[in-house]
Amino acid sequence: MNSTLKELGSIVLFVAVVACVPLVTDSGVTLNFVMMALYAALLAQAWNILGGFGGQFSFGHALFFGTGAYIQAIAQLQFGLNPWLALALAVTGSAAIGLGVGGLTFRYGLKGSYFALVTLAFAEVFRILALSVPFTGAGVGLMIPLSESFANMQFASRKGYLYLMLGFVAAALLVTWWLKHSRFGAYLQAVRDNEDAARAIGVNPFNVKLGAIGLSGALMGAGGAFYVQVFQYIDPGIAFGPGTSVEALVAAIVGGIGTLWGPVLGAVVLHVLADITRNMFGQLPGINMVIYGVVLVLIVMFLPRGIGGIAASVKSFFSKRGKP
Amino acid sequence: MTRALLTINGLSKSFGGLKAVQHVSLSVPQGSLTALIGPNGAGKTTLFALMSGFLKPDSGSVHFDGVDITGRAPHINAVHGMTRTFQIVQPFASQTVRENIAVGAHLHIKNRQAALLAAERIAAQVGLLKQIDQPAGELTVAGRKRLELARALATQPRLLLLDEVLAGLNPQEIAEMIPVVRGIADSGITVLMIEHVMQAVMNLAAHVWVLAQGQLIAQGSPSEVTHNEKVVEAYLGHGTAARLRAAELARTPA
Repeated sequence: MNSTLKELGSIVLFVAVVACVPLVTDSGVTLNFVMMALYAALLAQAWNILGGFGGQFSFGHALFFGTGAYIQAIAQLQFGLNPWLALALAVTGSAAIGLGVGGLTFRYGLKGSYFALVTLAFAEVFRILALSVPFTGAGVGLMIPLSESFANMQFASRKGYLYLMLGFVAAALLVTWWLKHSRFGAYLQAVRDNEDAARAIGVNPFNVKLGAIGLSGALMGAGGAFYVQVFQYIDPGIAFGPGTSVEALVAAIVGGIGTLWGPVLGAVVLHVLADITRNMFGQLPGINMVIYGVVLVLIVMFLPRGIGGIAASVKSFFSKRGKP
Repeated sequence: MTRALLTINGLSKSFGGLKAVQHVSLSVPQGSLTALIGPNGAGKTTLFALMSGFLKPDSGSVHFDGVDITGRAPHINAVHGMTRTFQIVQPFASQTVRENIAVGAHLHIKNRQAALLAAERIAAQVGLLKQIDQPAGELTVAGRKRLELARALATQPRLLLLDEVLAGLNPQEIAEMIPVVRGIADSGITVLMIEHVMQAVMNLAAHVWVLAQGQLIAQGSPSEVTHNEKVVEAYLGHGTAARLRAAELARTPA
């Protein structure tokens, strides 16, 4: 159908435009901003697959992020693996953790706030484990030796990382596009909207939700691996702490969940806001989280479809008023 | 005598102290259009849930096409050709009518475009073509009932369990819906319907089972069961049949 190709075209256009940014500017600030916005977009997209399309709100997506990050670091440090191979391992590993957690929670039919709490608990358990076992470097964390080369997935300028992250975001967008135009995606949204109705017409909700958490975990793991490559450092708080979970879900909700572009939009808006507040308040620690909280409350109250759904929200507001 | 497509034997289900369904046995012949009636709270919907696998029975068995499917998951039953609808309509509210029906069509059609196309054909069959690109959440009650039917129909069932597809409709809408149900049965799909609208039952069903307080109290043709004293009493209260008979006698001139 036409809309299917149009959306695919919009993804190609987006990737092309962002790919041109490093060609027109060498400004480290700009490149860093684009890279970090893309990074936030990836996390939001990953969350959106399970939360937006699957209706399973996770409060602990850092679980998959941290798993990916630690696999990326440990594979290089302990086993001397090439970072590109480590990346494949990180993505697979975090998908596997997703399947494990999903298998447990969905088998027992946990939904809504129960699911959210269990994911939060899993992330915390992993954070405490990472603090206590030796091979994660415990509280000290793990440091990757600096050695800039393409083969080593470490780049001298931000450009390399930007392209790497753009590749991840493109993959996430394509997965989301596929969800919108495939049987699996239709089943996933059906389960989100009404699980019993879906079961009655032949959908196995367990398998569908499991697939979604696996995909979501894999993309989140890629985000974690990326973090390790960029900052060459990971510790339990960064990996499994609630910060990443919150960032992923706030960006998705602010932009508009269950949509193709909402999470990207949300990520960009939040990063612009965070930058503005940083300029206003200086490096006040945690100020971005305060802003995120306020924005989230406002969005949930006034724009339940997110920024991307402003038009639809306004329309339904007036059509509701028109009715008696 | 035609082959039975669905047979249930001694089916029972209790919720705590409430015996919702007690030792119910019945057999739905292939290709038939039959109805299950009974007063509110008789256990009709529970019986549907037991047949389709949404609930596991405490005892008894369900056979579909000769295979024991007691307690088998509903999505597997749908794959094998038994699909139920819900009395309280359950649309995928955020999606359009077309997308809703396509979810059902996907059971046997993997390709998205083909499923969306099949959805259009089925929408036409139940009279939803005009609303096909509307969000399902914006449909009227009558529209939602049609959608419920369409989605089930899209799974290409052999047996359709319809739970009160006419409830909440006005007489005009009921009159429009009856030929749709008739058409489904004529296309070769076996239909078992729970229905309160007697006009429809009399009009459509070849055979009727009557459930009251979890037990099967009567069966037969629609006119047989409506004249059955047990049935009259189940609906109108104990002793009603005798009073009605007396009133009838008093009216007839001696």
